[in-house]
Amino acid sequence: MVSAVFHSPLEAAPAARSGDKTKARDAGPAPSSAAHKDMMTNPPTTPAAVQPPAPVVAARAPWDASALWLAVLPPLLGLGLLALVWELVFMGTGGSIPSPRDTFAQAVQIFSDPFYSKGPNDQGVGWNVLSSLKRVAMGFGMAAVVGIPVGFMIGRFSFLSRMFNPLISLLRPVSPLAWLPIGLLVFKGANPAAIWTIFICSIWPMIINTAVGVQRVPQDYMNVARVLNLSEWKIVTKILFPAVLPYMLTGVRLAVGTAWLVIVAAEMLTGGVGIGFWVWDEWNNLNVKNIIIAIFVIGIVGLVLEFALIKLAIAFTFEEVKN
Amino acid sequence: MTSLTTKYIEIQGVEQTFKTRKGPFRALQNINLTVARGEFVALIGHSGCGKSTLLNLIAGLTTPTEGSLLCANREIAGPGPERAVVFQNHSLLPWLTCFENVYLAVERVFSATESKAQLKARTDAALAMVGLSAAAQKRPGEISGGMKQRVGIARALSMEPKVLLLDEPFGALDALTRAKLQDELLQIVANTQSTVVMVTHDVDEAVLLSDRIVMMTNGPSATIGEVLKVELPRPRSRVALAEDIRYLGYRKAVIDFLYTRQGHVEKAA
Repeated sequence: MVSAVFHSPLEAAPAARSGDKTKARDAGPAPSSAAHKDMMTNPPTTPAAVQPPAPVVAARAPWDASALWLAVLPPLLGLGLLALVWELVFMGTGGSIPSPRDTFAQAVQIFSDPFYSKGPNDQGVGWNVLSSLKRVAMGFGMAAVVGIPVGFMIGRFSFLSRMFNPLISLLRPVSPLAWLPIGLLVFKGANPAAIWTIFICSIWPMIINTAVGVQRVPQDYMNVARVLNLSEWKIVTKILFPAVLPYMLTGVRLAVGTAWLVIVAAEMLTGGVGIGFWVWDEWNNLNVKNIIIAIFVIGIVGLVLEFALIKLAIAFTFEEVKN
Repeated sequence: MTSLTTKYIEIQGVEQTFKTRKGPFRALQNINLTVARGEFVALIGHSGCGKSTLLNLIAGLTTPTEGSLLCANREIAGPGPERAVVFQNHSLLPWLTCFENVYLAVERVFSATESKAQLKARTDAALAMVGLSAAAQKRPGEISGGMKQRVGIARALSMEPKVLLLDEPFGALDALTRAKLQDELLQIVANTQSTVVMVTHDVDEAVLLSDRIVMMTNGPSATIGEVLKVELPRPRSRVALAEDIRYLGYRKAVIDFLYTRQGHVEKAA
């Protein structure tokens, strides 16, 4: 298979768990520099939700207050550090980068009316975010419709796998933005071209993860299918699909993450309404406060998407057969 | 008819060779064995002696390189529900409840001839037989290893198979759970009159459960070394047999074969 961009959210979680099991006595789950992004964004609560082994919870009970403190304090310190550095930059640059306080005031003003509309080039931040999300949803949706069945076929038939691997290996590293001109040429419009770019960047993780998932369906399950002599339809619905689902959802998560990165850049180039365009527009207006607000908005939306998809993946992941 | 009852499963001159990177590897050779209807046969041998390979051949999961396998006078061409397998690692589908896991098998075999209510009743009966009615709506992740293995047995028996194939079914369980499940299996097999072939590496298990013990030589090119007939009256009781002189004799014979005559696995390899 193609050197797979595969990492399941659940692989990180048990690792984090065993990690803080050993550390629980001395330092608690101190976020090391190597810590996965998942751990940084949603600390100990998520791993605990994955598999709560009773003995560990029991052993921790007396430490509850300090554990809570350790869960809240480090993120707060991190945010505080960000504000401090920002303030220093503000002072260092003589005010060309706005201060956190001014930016916050501006943000309050902007979010007091996120859904105003004064013509195509002046719309509220809510509209911008929504139209970006709409593009991501459309491009990603089409990528899912094409990518998941293709991934299933590639995973099921090694001939197809060998046939498509060179293509995928060749095209996957290409920046999706390189496809933007092709999209503009073919679809003759900024909006479909942006959706096309999202489609291209979302499809690879979907294909690859689905294919890897199909290839990794435990042989035991297939033996059950053979002994029961299940029909192909039953095999797909009762065995393959549920077994592949966690892999597929990892593909979805990676695809949506990439799509959200790419849409900002694509919209900067295509214009119209959208959070990326908004950033570029505010740059042309030299309104740096709004650019910083946009950065936070993009980050928060990305975080919410990621978090929701991780929750979804956990809900559809079941224990594997252990030997 | 008589030939069918004495030769329910017939294995003739079976040889199994696997292709490996270092060239062909002959796992089994010259296997000849017949199993009578309603008989309980245990395959015992050191690990790597090909006993699971032989079971997979009977299940039809693999096809032999040489020789033939018959079940009820029909050639075994592939796996099928008339030869149900209980896998060592239970192989329950983790996204289905215990009920659904069994129902999947019941539905496959009986849905052509029976109503939904009858299929449900069969599933419930199979779970009741292994004492798991209460856990029917639980997923495999929520029950213990012993319970999972029981669901695996219920799934296999719910299909009313001609032959029940057990691949080290209790190997992954602790000793007490294993003993309990062995006793249950004795009971179930007595009630259902099943024909059973069981792979095991546990001497006591083999003697307690089976009518005949097929002892296999060490691989590669493993074959049947000796067949021991266990003529202990049924129903058998673990506690009573613990001091039975015949039981101890059978046990000694198997241990003798495994450790005295076939004991040099490491040296041979």
